[in-house]
Amino acid sequence: MSDQPLRTPATSRVTALTDTAAADYEVALESLNQWQLAWRRFRRHRLALVGVAILAVMVFLAVFGPIIWPYDPLDLRRDLPGPQGFDPIAMPPFGSDGAGRSVFVLVANGARLSMLIGTTTMLIAVTIGVLVGAVAGFFGGWVDNLLMRFVDLVLSIPFLFIVLVAARFFGGGELVPLILIFGLLSWPGLARLVRALYLSLREQEFVLAARAVGVGDLRIAFRHILPNAIGPVVVSATLIVANAIILEAFVSYLNFGLKAQDISWGNALARSQERIAVGNWWWPFFPGMAIALTVIAINFLGDGLRDALDPRAKE
Amino acid sequence: MIRYIVRRLLGAIPVLFGLSIVLFAFVHLLPGDPCSAILGQHRTEEACARLRANLGLDDPLTVQYLRYLGSLLRGDLGASVINNKPFLDEFLVRFPGTIELTLGALVFAVGLGIPLGRLAARHAQSWLDGVVTAISLFGISIPVFVLGLVLVVVFGVGLGWLPTQGRIDARLRFESVTNFMLIDTLLAGRPDLFVDAVRHLILPSIALGSIPLAIITRITRASVIEVSHEDYVRTARAKGLTERRVDERHIMRNAWLPVTTVIGLQVGGLLAGAVLTETVFVWNGVGRWVVDAIGNRDLTIVQSTILVFALIFLVVNLIVDIGYAFLNPRIRYA
Repeated sequence: MSDQPLRTPATSRVTALTDTAAADYEVALESLNQWQLAWRRFRRHRLALVGVAILAVMVFLAVFGPIIWPYDPLDLRRDLPGPQGFDPIAMPPFGSDGAGRSVFVLVANGARLSMLIGTTTMLIAVTIGVLVGAVAGFFGGWVDNLLMRFVDLVLSIPFLFIVLVAARFFGGGELVPLILIFGLLSWPGLARLVRALYLSLREQEFVLAARAVGVGDLRIAFRHILPNAIGPVVVSATLIVANAIILEAFVSYLNFGLKAQDISWGNALARSQERIAVGNWWWPFFPGMAIALTVIAINFLGDGLRDALDPRAKE
Repeated sequence: MIRYIVRRLLGAIPVLFGLSIVLFAFVHLLPGDPCSAILGQHRTEEACARLRANLGLDDPLTVQYLRYLGSLLRGDLGASVINNKPFLDEFLVRFPGTIELTLGALVFAVGLGIPLGRLAARHAQSWLDGVVTAISLFGISIPVFVLGLVLVVVFGVGLGWLPTQGRIDARLRFESVTNFMLIDTLLAGRPDLFVDAVRHLILPSIALGSIPLAIITRITRASVIEVSHEDYVRTARAKGLTERRVDERHIMRNAWLPVTTVIGLQVGGLLAGAVLTETVFVWNGVGRWVVDAIGNRDLTIVQSTILVFALIFLVVNLIVDIGYAFLNPRIRYA
């Protein structure tokens, strides 16, 4: 901006030209809807595409891995290895654990559980978070105050401790309670975000217009305002998925999570710990990398979505 | 200044008060029979009734809460349900370990994060910037315990460079007095043991410090870039100051502010992350103790630890805010 006064007439003519070019471009763009525009922006985000590619591999692994390598995770190999298991050369691709189970199958099955936990947790958290945030932001007043003070309280407790305590007392090593715990503890941040979005959106003209033609409160809140708030919600939803995957690994790693027979990334890590001293690096390494890669990929994806779904983004 | 500190301390009271209510409610929502937990096999109806009366469990919840609050105000944080040892005694034995680990992680994160952030800012948009950004993205994404396990496998088992378990070599049979290993070994006049304790500290600090490192790097980079565009930086260059002097006196002094805020905010995450790091590295601190307490359903310990951690977090943030006034003379707390 600071070089503005230095501009010569010649360059300003060029700007004028590009201005009209930009105007033509705008005209051409009008035939694209919001989603097509978003997709166009998303495609340009290189890291986001990398994230999608990694996630695609993970989903493929989760769905088809156990079919392509038909290996029952509980079926032990007959020639039992030493306590360190087979290394990746003796038993491709990822070696085996101390019981002779393929680490690859552990990772593939773990992918199934992690993806399941991540998406279901996200669905629970998004449903509650959007409902609470929308109601608080749309109606305001004492409802808002009550809901937000509750959110403040939940957010003031150290999250990891509460997850551990809840998993210890309500989890019982089962999948469904664990998902419920993660989901029921993951929504407050999102509720706060949705509330803030509603506070500004409800003052906009399109809400007034809808009200003027007699649209009801509920319909305004969820059919008119919600679609306008969808961008940030989608971004936090992806982050909740990543967080839930880490949470499962963390809770299972400390032995408060899924029972030992369930094959999850966290369980694989937990069992590998005691044998690290014998040098079985492949046993914790591959599940650990699976977690890290998935989380990084989801973060990339979220980053791309943030840019793509921002209505104020520059073309 | 003093009025500001007093006001901030008073402001912390409702927060802690609210937290005490939440914790009390949470503990009472948990399923489980205190009789079975305490009496175990010796549980009879008669003994149970006596125990409930002794513990005041038959009183209305409000009475129970007020009694809990009363003991908190007297500084009584309760005792372990399992072995009846007072919370505070047990906590203070283990807390130095956690402080040492947390400080180690902070030293690592700040010591590496600020130079990295400055480097990335100076070469913004170059390949160097890209590498630093990639490292910090990785640091934020990789869970603490996964990184910890990888470090153990690579540097502990694989290369054998550093110890991976405990705070000091157990074979040395060193008796700690204050439970601060680094201080004790020096006080005992044993530099060899001091070196051993430092070596034990390195890998856990890196694991725990990875996320703060990433955050501090990114904030430093953003802050330095922002300040570099200020008019007074251009003026400083225009009047012919050396690049180094501009960097130290004009850019960094102003870039420090957001960085200090973020460093203060990391403390909460570090205390929580210590739970995992201590488990991975068999580190004798509060984190491992709390995990064991949760496993044993010893809720007094969990409850009181959360309260103490919240208090620490509030105090650290107060210190950071006061630190602003010294870093930035434009801020004066009235």
